[in-house]
Amino acid sequence: MIKDITIGQYFPLNSVIHKLDPRTKLLFTVVYIVMVFVSNNFISLFFCLFTGIAIISLSKIPVKTVLKGLKPILMIITITSVLQIAYVKTGITLVEFWKIHITSGGVLTAVFMALRISLLIVMSTMLTYTTSPTSLTNGLDRVFAPFKKIGLDFHTVTMIMTIALRFIPTLIEEVDKIMSAQKSRGANFEQGSLMKRAKALIPLFIPLLFNSIRRAYELANAMTCRCYNGGKGKTTMNALKFTKRDYFGVLSVAVVIGAVITLNIFCGEYNAEFTFNLAV
Amino acid sequence: MSHLETKNLTFTYGEGTPFKITALDNVNIDISKGEFVAIIGHTGSGKSTLVQHLNGLLKSSSGEVLLDGKNIHANKQTLFDARFRVGLCFQYPEYQLFEETVYKDIAFGPANMGLSKGEIDERVRNAAKYVGIPDEMLSKSPFDLSGGEKRRVAIAGVISMEPEILILDEPTSGLDPMGREQILELIKNYREQTGKTVIIVSHSMDDVARFATKVIVMNNSKVEMTGTVDEVFEKASRLREIGLSVPQITEIFIKLREKGYNVSEKIYTVEQGYLELKKLFEGSVTND
Repeated sequence: MIKDITIGQYFPLNSVIHKLDPRTKLLFTVVYIVMVFVSNNFISLFFCLFTGIAIISLSKIPVKTVLKGLKPILMIITITSVLQIAYVKTGITLVEFWKIHITSGGVLTAVFMALRISLLIVMSTMLTYTTSPTSLTNGLDRVFAPFKKIGLDFHTVTMIMTIALRFIPTLIEEVDKIMSAQKSRGANFEQGSLMKRAKALIPLFIPLLFNSIRRAYELANAMTCRCYNGGKGKTTMNALKFTKRDYFGVLSVAVVIGAVITLNIFCGEYNAEFTFNLAV
Repeated sequence: MSHLETKNLTFTYGEGTPFKITALDNVNIDISKGEFVAIIGHTGSGKSTLVQHLNGLLKSSSGEVLLDGKNIHANKQTLFDARFRVGLCFQYPEYQLFEETVYKDIAFGPANMGLSKGEIDERVRNAAKYVGIPDEMLSKSPFDLSGGEKRRVAIAGVISMEPEILILDEPTSGLDPMGREQILELIKNYREQTGKTVIIVSHSMDDVARFATKVIVMNNSKVEMTGTVDEVFEKASRLREIGLSVPQITEIFIKLREKGYNVSEKIYTVEQGYLELKKLFEGSVTND
């Protein structure tokens, strides 16, 4: 379970997507999220899905790894879907049994929502999968650089973000290690009542907290020793540069968002009955 | 009869990712009751992964671990028993301390075994004695102790479960020479007093040479050689090839022999070296 957390992980490969400028990928991610939210019918959403599949296949990251990111939120998806099925009562009745009343509208809305959430999660993890933490910070730094003129220092924020991302795998490893060590002393994390299981976490969280604080001090010292003083006058060794690939990327983003808007207008608002009739 | 045994153990980390590593490749080891085993190997040779299989923390993709001839993964009960019968003390165990007092931390294992209060108390005090923790330290917070003291408390936390086999993963790493000496001494005393099987994982040849009755050399996820200290250190050149060394004192005697001095190469501790040199000098005096 703990190993399923994929947010913030980097998956080093040598694909076209990996080689893109981080700013292009940031732009794409933001646009993609907007796209998924504005999609108001199945055709638009399928277009988003298709774009997502294209990106994933271009990135060469195994599908299994990409889908692993969905595991921790499977519960949320399930609950949302069940609620949709329970409350949306439009369309044709599919099942009528005792107090259960399932309609085509409910089912389709549930599918629509589940697909929407899945796409959001999967494509956000794709950003960190294909972008190394340093490259991501550089990108964010540059994107937010203009805000400095109005007194907002985003460098600190991006640095905090990078450090947080950087330490997720370290913490996961540490949790694993402490759990193993306490298991060796007979600790049981999997069985017992809720209260018992909550109590069983104490031997895990106290060392974890203690070690994290220790690590924070060490990191702060190490950064100070290398003369870190915030973003003032900081230059980068590998200055970001837009290449032909990136211009093409930005162009594709524009085309894709244009397509979604067009599809939204021409295919009309999401309508369960209509879509269902279309499907039948 | 073998006490603890592995049969064709194979284990892979990160199956299905680009970080996939084979950590154990067809490992067979065989440990008898009362032995003092040293598992040595270069960083990343698979020794830590191996010991985590021995108490069932990790389950191999193929092969099995047998404790007194029984597979430890046979059912839930055998696995539960294995946890207590094979006590594993991790590397840098001081980072796992969590209780308010040293006493409570050492009692964590025995309490999980479901023992009575009286029994727990006896075991905690016994374990504290083995590792040289004075009574007044038992009421202190483990976070207030020095590095070496914390290490000893953590080892006591495993000893207090009175395991039949005690495994220590790099028990001396990160300690100063004095701390190292203390830890090695306490392990040696523990074994002499209890007669129990002890396995230590190490990459320090100097530590190993003094105590071990059996040495298992790991290289590249495989068992490279198994034997007594003599048998293993005899192959000094092979050890160097796989990034290990023989004890410093052995190195000196090998060089002396190359220079034409009539000394044995089978010198693994300073003590033996002293006696061998004395013999050499006395011999040369009588020869003159």
